[in-house]
Amino acid sequence: MAITRRHFMRTTGAAAALSLASPMIARAAADTIKVGGLHDLSGALDLVGIPMNQVFQMAIKEINEAGGLLGKEVEGVVYDPQSNMSLYSQYATQMALKDRVAVVMGGITSASRETIRPIFHKFKTPYFYNTQYEGGVCDRNEITIGTTPAQTVARIIPYAMNLYGKKVYTVAADYNYGHITSAWIKRFVEEQGGEVIATEFFPLDVAQFGSTISKIQAAKPDFVCSAMVGSSHLGFYRQWAAAGMKEQIPMISTVLGAGGNDQIVLTAAEGNGILSSFGYFEAVDNPANKAFLERVKAEYPTNTPIMSEISECTYEGMMIWADAVREAGSTDRDAVLEVIAQGKTYDLPAGKVKIDPKTHHAIRDVYIAELRDQTFAIRESYPESQPADTQMVCDLIADPGANKHYEISL
Amino acid sequence: MERSLTRDPGFWIMVVIGLVLMIMGPILIDMFTIMQITQYVVLSVFALSLAYIWGFGGILSFGQAAFFGLGAYAFAVSSISMGDTTLPLVLSFVIPAAFGVALGYFMFYGKLSDVYLGVVTMVVTLIFWKLANHTAGPEYSIAGVRLGGFNGIPSIPTINIPGQPDAWLDPAQLFRFFMGVLIVVYVALRILIASDFGRISIGIRENETRAALLGYDIRRHKVIVFAIGSGIAGLSGAMWATYQSFIDPNAFSMEMSAKALIWVMAGGVGTLLGPILGVIGLQWLTLQMGMVDFLNSLVVLGAIMMVLVLALPKGLVPTFKSLGIAAWTLWRRGRGVSSGVKKVTSDD
Amino acid sequence: MDYAIIVALEMIRAVAWLVLLAAGLAIIFGMMRVINFAHGEFLMLGGYTVVVSTGAGVNEWVAILLLAPLVVGIFGVVVERLVIRQLYGRMLDSLLATWGLSMLMIGGVTLIFGNTVQGVATPFGGVRIGSYQMPVYNFVLIFFAAAILLAVWAILKFTRAGLIARATMQNPNMAETLGIRTGWVYMATFGIGSAVTGLAGGLLAPVTGVVPAMGASLVGQSFITVITGGAAVITGTLSSATILGSISQATTFWAGPVYGDAALLVVALILLRILPQGITGRIFKRAL
Repeated sequence: MAITRRHFMRTTGAAAALSLASPMIARAAADTIKVGGLHDLSGALDLVGIPMNQVFQMAIKEINEAGGLLGKEVEGVVYDPQSNMSLYSQYATQMALKDRVAVVMGGITSASRETIRPIFHKFKTPYFYNTQYEGGVCDRNEITIGTTPAQTVARIIPYAMNLYGKKVYTVAADYNYGHITSAWIKRFVEEQGGEVIATEFFPLDVAQFGSTISKIQAAKPDFVCSAMVGSSHLGFYRQWAAAGMKEQIPMISTVLGAGGNDQIVLTAAEGNGILSSFGYFEAVDNPANKAFLERVKAEYPTNTPIMSEISECTYEGMMIWADAVREAGSTDRDAVLEVIAQGKTYDLPAGKVKIDPKTHHAIRDVYIAELRDQTFAIRESYPESQPADTQMVCDLIADPGANKHYEISL
Repeated sequence: MERSLTRDPGFWIMVVIGLVLMIMGPILIDMFTIMQITQYVVLSVFALSLAYIWGFGGILSFGQAAFFGLGAYAFAVSSISMGDTTLPLVLSFVIPAAFGVALGYFMFYGKLSDVYLGVVTMVVTLIFWKLANHTAGPEYSIAGVRLGGFNGIPSIPTINIPGQPDAWLDPAQLFRFFMGVLIVVYVALRILIASDFGRISIGIRENETRAALLGYDIRRHKVIVFAIGSGIAGLSGAMWATYQSFIDPNAFSMEMSAKALIWVMAGGVGTLLGPILGVIGLQWLTLQMGMVDFLNSLVVLGAIMMVLVLALPKGLVPTFKSLGIAAWTLWRRGRGVSSGVKKVTSDD
Repeated sequence: MDYAIIVALEMIRAVAWLVLLAAGLAIIFGMMRVINFAHGEFLMLGGYTVVVSTGAGVNEWVAILLLAPLVVGIFGVVVERLVIRQLYGRMLDSLLATWGLSMLMIGGVTLIFGNTVQGVATPFGGVRIGSYQMPVYNFVLIFFAAAILLAVWAILKFTRAGLIARATMQNPNMAETLGIRTGWVYMATFGIGSAVTGLAGGLLAPVTGVVPAMGASLVGQSFITVITGGAAVITGTLSSATILGSISQATTFWAGPVYGDAALLVVALILLRILPQGITGRIFKRAL
């Protein structure tokens, strides 16, 4: 029957030609430790996935240069799900069952994470999710490094309201992330005694914003809060500046700068003054970050990727895992998780990071930055921000078997 | 001269191969590969739906994904709320088929044809896609199941034995069940195509005006063909949903429709085997592309598609069939065997 | 009162937007019955030409008005010679081959330019209309949409080249018999259609994010506009863009972008149901 299957394969001409390009994963000798990298390197999300993968590979190199782990070399297994959910699920299963990796870094959108998280939970492969997201994952097997709204939105709203005023107009992408973030925005605005005049949602492929810009002018808010996602939505910032609105009404965003190249796609004139809040900016001033940025530049001297929270957190994930393996003395999942749950503080390029044993999310420093001449300049920092939103729904100490993504209702 | 179905060796070979694979597969092949092949099986059913309406009905739909997604979501919602998967499987055929009747009525009774039909089907799929993406909030739920918008519906139950909601099929059994479905669909389609109804459909595909002048009701015919294709696409959507245990609006995407078109085109319009091969080849290729750090996967896939269309215009199966026939004829002539055609000489 | 003016201007701009997106495709489809599924990527190529050349110091307007159409036009001619020429009369094969081409282009641009490409700001600033402000660039878009349509119409109607093109479009065999080299006509048509698309992409670069995958969201609108318009190049595109653009923009003002989008699709469906050969299949039948 294997013969029959191969018979089918051969009759597809092009496939036969490319069967020569068989997978170049080195089925190495048993003395390497495999780590899986599952980031989109092509398709709609490649702009974010490629820097993440570059940092992933760089981290592996750094670990190996320092002598490897437990006397063995670390080897990366990189698959490209091509922004395609079914490939995510296939590759995840493959990594867990066939390649038997010791840990996986990956997943970008919440949809992709929720596809692979249950797979890794089932096959007991430790999984690090390094992207900022809407909060609510309760799964001991996943270490969530990225920021959640309770860490970022909770800071930037009061800061902006203090600066600009109490009336807010929200524009958001019309899908889960946009809806949840705008709900959080509303909550924090109202907590501070303000008012969200209106919230408008835009499907991801809308590129014309004239009507909304006119409506915002009519509504006269104190500032605009943008949770717009994707390249079509960059048009909003463009058209806003083109209408001369930049000088009239200030803007903040919970998304701009997340992936790392928005700030150069927008020109200085369009971007100046926009506030953003994340767990990491290139401008963070500490020795770990200096070393990190130097290494990125050395590793990728041409077309150096801009570092943003999402790529730096990939580095954090690798380093935290490597440290846990060294301390535990093995790559066994439960041993590694036990070390991580001790809650020790790591000195990483983003500042100090600690994993909360209750939620396996990161307690980290959060920054507010302003876009100036196409780079972010830090205005304010908040050390040790708790992932309060996930803490509301998840307690892994009481329930270590939890395996769910809660949608936090507000 | 059309051979009757039961005398066509190709048909029996396919059925036998299918049965053998179904029974022996999980015994001889490792579980991981079985899970891979299960995916090919599910998508083959989807490909067959388009292969039927296009190759044997003359309806080129750019929007098979609409029914695929409808079936998938119908299955997801009903199986989660009912707890058992038997009725949902039936629903995943019936609901898309009903929608196919409605859309078919809209299109064929409005005399839409060729590229305009294609665009209408594309627009319908786009509408579904936008709708599905929009359903993110808690207010969007059917029968208690959140539609989930962009993130889709997770934790869809695996097929269980009818009547016993806790007796799920394990991967080997799931593979056998899906193979069974594929074989049944294949056989049913072949029977349908060989029947009177099928011949009329082919006649309509060949020359619509002539068929109309011969007295057949084209519109009714097309609606029925279209509805059958929609039902099958919906069923494959349900299979997909349960195989992946989740479903998201990508089931309604242009990409899904385009893939169906490519499978059928690459395999050969007018055959049923070809699209199945197209599925296997292209899915396998996509998987390999992601594992190899060789250029950008899109570059390679795009190049392959262009080469395929330019070099193999009729699609794989017909091309290989003609190559095969040519080779066979050459070989026979080479052996000095008479070709069976009497030479006409002046003596006759 | 000013709000009404704004709404009206935005509606005209939406129509112009659709015209720009669809014009090149309409030329190619209307004249050659070839479905270019890589249309979105041709737009993207025009956009990239502008951002890359302005990044290298070229004047913005030279980039948009000269370089973008030139680059994409030449690219179109190359594609026509290598690919499309084999596929005349085979509408579906051209669809699939161009779908492959679109993937190739997206991957290729990503490989060559990566993700560190700067954007181009919208030139000019805002203009005050009563108590509202609107980008001056909207007028630029409207102007060029009208200019393109006028130019194509003038060429088709008043020049000898236009006459030859129309003859080839109506009856290629007859045209060949009369000594017209239809191969050249097709090549030129595809080239001009691509150039128009490149110009449109270049004009769009200052108002949207230019990334390799930007074509995906634009190609749907283009197709719907062209097919709903029907066989006539100018009249078809103009009429369908007007109906679809104004209704969807009005709906957006009234109920938000989600419904505006949905309105465009629903109106297209209704139009196709009533006029199954497109608008100019029934009305303005013999227009250009």
